[in-house]
Amino acid sequence: MQYFDKNGVAAIETNFATQVKEESGTELNRCYQCLTCSLGCPSAFAMDYLPHQIVRMVQMGLREPVLTSSTIWVCADCQACATRCPNEVDIVRIMDVLREISLHEGLVKERGVADFHRIFLGNIEQWGRQHELSLIIKLKLRTRDLFSDVPSGIKMLTKGKLKLLPERFKEIEKVREIFRRAK
Amino acid sequence: MTPQAAVKYAYYPGCSLEATAREYDLSVRTVCEHLGIKLAEIPDWNCCGASSGHSTDHRLACNLAGRNLALAEGMEVDIAVACPACYIRLRNAQNEMKQDEKQRDELTRLTGLSYNARYSTRHLLDIICNEIGLEDVKDKVVKPLRGLKLAAYYGCYLVRPPEIVAFDDPENPQCLDALLGALGAEARDWPGKVDCCGGSLSLSKREMARRMVGELIDMARRAGVEAMVTACPLCHANLEMRQDGADGNKLPVFYFTELVGLALGIAEARSWLKRHLVSPSGLLASLGL
Repeated sequence: MQYFDKNGVAAIETNFATQVKEESGTELNRCYQCLTCSLGCPSAFAMDYLPHQIVRMVQMGLREPVLTSSTIWVCADCQACATRCPNEVDIVRIMDVLREISLHEGLVKERGVADFHRIFLGNIEQWGRQHELSLIIKLKLRTRDLFSDVPSGIKMLTKGKLKLLPERFKEIEKVREIFRRAK
Repeated sequence: MTPQAAVKYAYYPGCSLEATAREYDLSVRTVCEHLGIKLAEIPDWNCCGASSGHSTDHRLACNLAGRNLALAEGMEVDIAVACPACYIRLRNAQNEMKQDEKQRDELTRLTGLSYNARYSTRHLLDIICNEIGLEDVKDKVVKPLRGLKLAAYYGCYLVRPPEIVAFDDPENPQCLDALLGALGAEARDWPGKVDCCGGSLSLSKREMARRMVGELIDMARRAGVEAMVTACPLCHANLEMRQDGADGNKLPVFYFTELVGLALGIAEARSWLKRHLVSPSGLLASLGL
């Protein structure tokens, strides 16, 4: 069920919590807002909503602000929140599910992070393994940020820390099959 | 070579160890040989998908990690992983596939490989500390790292989430500290050992990573250490690249295997250290190491 605000925009979607609960397999209604997750979150300083607020917003069906938040993309995936939650709310899985839905529905706020993931996975599909040099170059072209990190990049090249060509991979078709199934 | 019977593992290096963390791979292989750990690289292993996999597509992440698990199962030994980010992905997939027959069937359909979760997946730090044991390591030390004050940095995926990965306490782990002690170094107590460095955001959110690294470096310096020690290629790259300050004033970061190599008197150890962006050679020279 949807509830609309005065401008006719869907503000609350009551099935959102159920969707996130089912896809993440975590009982998010156990959260009693103790703030343990947010107090230990290393990315909290860069978030628009803190992790405990995201959980509350999901419970309340505030679909759009959650899916368009920075929070779900600046989460560093450090696993501290879920590890420390006294009620076993798996916030890490909830964040994964929220990113998946946000990406699927084109609601991504932090394009740079989503682009990174896309380019990262694209390289694996192409070569089977990550090739760091092309990951960096593609990311720079995509974000048009050509000049940052150039000195450390050159240093890495001269120290043999960046391979020029990807490794040869035998069963690349098997890896591509995994990607085809996922699409 | 060591006289004792070697323990054998299927080795999963992970992508970073082929490039940015080449010195980690070299030191892992050499040190394991000296400690009687026989590593056979998993043939044709693929990327585990890392954060980008599970952040955007759960089943993709499971299948990418799953192919490696199935390839290793064919070798009929436990897996030894070097990179904690790969380690958590493989452990997670293993855990899910153990419980989910449908997921196992899908993997077989896609890759033609069967998988029954018969072997365990372990991190090399766990293997060295708990399988080889610190007494054995200590016996082999010929050049104790006397006077070297270090911060053992565990980061995230060696300790969290504990039900999936941990072989040590998730909030105050000790194994790396104890290993460094066995090498003759001084591992100082410090509050940042399981804090996140922001490695997964190092390329996409540079300023965030810089701030997170800065806080860790400050904490380490306040504890009076001269270098940090990691078991993670992403932490290593991030701590070296996103650290502020003039080149000569930065805190060096070692892979734990490099320090084992130095203490065991392995000659190549110097060549591993030459690959670092923050050179530890001045520090080692000042201590006569």
